[in-house]
Amino acid sequence: MSVLIFIDINEEGAVKKTSLEVLTYGARLARQLGVAAEGLVLAPVKEELQALGKYGVQTIHQVQNDALAHFDAQTYTKAIAQVAEKTGATVLVFSNNTDGKALAPRLSARLKAGLVSGAVALPETGDSFIVRKSVFSGKAFADIKVITPLKIITLNPNSFNIEEGEGVAIVAPAEVTVDAPRVKTISVNRQSSEVPLAEAALVVSGGRGMKGPENWGILEDLAKALNAALACSRPVADAHWRPHNEHVGQTGGAIAPNLYLAVGISGAIQHLAGVNRSKVIVVINKDPEAPFFKAADYGIVGDLFEVVPKLTEAVKQLKG
Amino acid sequence: MKILVCISKTPDTTAKIAFTDNNTKFDAAGVQWIINPNDEYYALVRAIELKEADPAATIHLINVGGADADAIIRKALALGGDEAIRVNAENPDSFGIASQIAQVAKENNYDLIFLGKETIDYNGSSVGGMVAELLDLPYISLATKFELSGTTATVTREIEGGEEVCEVSLPVVISCNKGMAEQRIPNMRGIMAARTKPLKVVEPVAADILTEIAAFSLPPAKAGVKLVDADNVQELVRLLHEEAKVI
Repeated sequence: MSVLIFIDINEEGAVKKTSLEVLTYGARLARQLGVAAEGLVLAPVKEELQALGKYGVQTIHQVQNDALAHFDAQTYTKAIAQVAEKTGATVLVFSNNTDGKALAPRLSARLKAGLVSGAVALPETGDSFIVRKSVFSGKAFADIKVITPLKIITLNPNSFNIEEGEGVAIVAPAEVTVDAPRVKTISVNRQSSEVPLAEAALVVSGGRGMKGPENWGILEDLAKALNAALACSRPVADAHWRPHNEHVGQTGGAIAPNLYLAVGISGAIQHLAGVNRSKVIVVINKDPEAPFFKAADYGIVGDLFEVVPKLTEAVKQLKG
Repeated sequence: MKILVCISKTPDTTAKIAFTDNNTKFDAAGVQWIINPNDEYYALVRAIELKEADPAATIHLINVGGADADAIIRKALALGGDEAIRVNAENPDSFGIASQIAQVAKENNYDLIFLGKETIDYNGSSVGGMVAELLDLPYISLATKFELSGTTATVTREIEGGEEVCEVSLPVVISCNKGMAEQRIPNMRGIMAARTKPLKVVEPVAADILTEIAAFSLPPAKAGVKLVDADNVQELVRLLHEEAKVI
């Protein structure tokens, strides 16, 4: 019996930050259930896996197989299913990130295991197994009862604090039988120097109030001073002022950073749907009637072209 | 080429979110229903573009739901599908929906199965992967671009902090993300044609139930915004540092 935690590795061979969240979450769940916490690594990795023991995982099953060199949902699913069966896992835990969203449903169908995607808290595990997840784009929660013996959870990024303790994990080589993937990876284009938006703790976001792409320098300066990622509203992405992958909202990405700083964004309900799980929202807008102020924790009514550079200076002063 | 587009019915993006029956059911009173935007803007419109490039292609739409979904199915047909299938099953879980779609897909041998990256109500992102697994097909999720050359598709998918380009032979299941296509408005000709397009209702096959909804709840209300004077940004930085402790 174990909780098996999928450890997601990026293209550079580094463990993703979201993996540290699921390791902490999975280890806590294993303690709650009185079973072992085990990790699983399929992709080539350059870090020392033993060190991940400090997040509470006792064993890490490491598969080294050329067919798994690049992510493919179908091939990875077959590999994970084999390891889950061999190790007697009763709960599989993933991040609700791009890879987790592709893998968890496949495994749910393959193993007839009830899936809760986008979990925001540890399950209740008394007589029944109930997991709280975010629904209606962050406007509500649903408590989902999983009624199958094997359970799968994907944890929303930034919804569970990483905890570090003492501990060294045992790395156990594992074998799987898989065919070459039917999906061939041609190229990967990733800004490895920047914090991925979905994983960012702090996010600075611009809207139509920025007036044009040429004005983004002041937001970039603020983001740099804060070490924050950049985001934007839908009209900005639609006008091609900024790339689509920065668009957050109902039809863009959904994020849950510690701080979401919205500059020149009115706060349409569709935009709020992508950001309302943020812990703290700051709104800077010249229109005091902007609906975003109703959803904000802090606000400044003023001309963003004056306020933002001053804010950048004040942040720099704080950081010395 | 045969394309299947999965269409979900969701509350309008501005709908009030409330619950009934002791917080176990979504309160549908006064709610305007729409095609899930991710299914409509990205999956369906991209499928229509592919048919425009290859007039021999056919597009089937599928919805798993009750008769109250017929209106949004007709709207989807007005945008462009050739015919629609509604599997008459009320409120199944994700696996139940995927099982019904997989059953219809098995009978029709589609080359391409498109659906939105997630529904805006349950935010599950689950049905596409489940359908692919039930059909033993490759699955590319969060696709932002899809190009077809013969039976080989070149697909760009979102990854954390960037994108990945991959190649796959049909058949394949694709979950569609922003970037795939742009929203379209149905024209009068489309709306007229949709009235006579076939909408076949079929009964569901037996499917396992893996999960149940125990209860819904609403997040606690925000305390209200604390406004800081525009001439005093240092105060905002102080609050974020000392009070909110986020920087």
